[in-house]
Amino acid sequence: MSEIEKKLGRTPKTDWDVLRQGLLDRAEAEELIDLAYERHDSPFGTLLVIAGDGGIVRISLAAEPEEEVLAGLTRRISPRIARLGRDEITLAREQLDSYFAGSLRNFDLPLDWRLTKGFRRDVLVQTAAIPYGATASYSEVAGRAGSPKAVRAAGTALATNPLPIVVPCHRVLRSDGEAGSYLGGSEMKEALLEMERERA
Amino acid sequence: MTAKTQNPGGLPPFELALEEHGPLVYSWLIARVGPDRADDVFQETMLSALGVWEKAAVESVRAWLFTIARNKAVDDDRRASRRPLLQEETDSWPSAEAVEWLEDPVWDEVRGLPEKQRIAVTLRYRGDLSHREVGSAMKISEAAARRNVHEGLKTLRERIGDE
Repeated sequence: MSEIEKKLGRTPKTDWDVLRQGLLDRAEAEELIDLAYERHDSPFGTLLVIAGDGGIVRISLAAEPEEEVLAGLTRRISPRIARLGRDEITLAREQLDSYFAGSLRNFDLPLDWRLTKGFRRDVLVQTAAIPYGATASYSEVAGRAGSPKAVRAAGTALATNPLPIVVPCHRVLRSDGEAGSYLGGSEMKEALLEMERERA
Repeated sequence: MTAKTQNPGGLPPFELALEEHGPLVYSWLIARVGPDRADDVFQETMLSALGVWEKAAVESVRAWLFTIARNKAVDDDRRASRRPLLQEETDSWPSAEAVEWLEDPVWDEVRGLPEKQRIAVTLRYRGDLSHREVGSAMKISEAAARRNVHEGLKTLRERIGDE
């Protein structure tokens, strides 16, 4: 590359964050953003808290790369996604902090369930009813959702939970009492269960 | 949720496109309309794109955004020309204040290039577009874009030398 090309390629510095925020404020005012999200630092890494029109639609754990989460939301809901704050995201982040600190037992948030449907949604609704500090087996949850034999399908529903932590799929265990798999890793699952046992 | 895809145009999440292409589009607008008007024209550009985001089917998101930016800049020129105090801005490209803002004197020379070379060189180096994307944004062929960039660089070398 010649010297002139190097000089030409030098990118000027801009106050990008200010410009970006001004743009997104206007986009929100014109209702052009379908999904808003913020990154949230937690004891288990950076989570994404994502809100749609109906409330919190998705929470992703640190194991899920941000680009993949956004690509999935683009396919399933809308590509009009931007990183910006909204009241319900702030509320969710406050409750997540309180939960991780051990001072909150029940989440009280507007939830948008549109990323799950049918039997999978039934399983997750039943999972949401498991109290803080308690657990259930995959087959119990399948039974409460109406199909006691659909243990494998219940496992799939829990593995694809769009709202982990808030819908406590970590409270569902294997029948032999082992924790079983968790999208955030089995260590995170064990840690959440232990924290809840201590404080229940 | 409907069964059919929500994003027929196949565009990426707006957030990713904003972070990947936004600073380049903005830089180009700084050079094109000057720092005073660049913020507003940039926002107009991105809002216009966002308005059709799930419908647009484009080959290159970046070239598409630059095309919108160019059109918005032309719109803004027309508005500026109706503002008597700012008339002189439309005579020069990029404006004097934009050149002052750009940190290297090489851009003074870019300003003196013939229009097509000037635009091609700016898109290629200020906007970091490929020759193909430059062609797409200028509505000329990739070969013509490459030629304009090449001629522009040749002229710059003649005028200021290349160590």
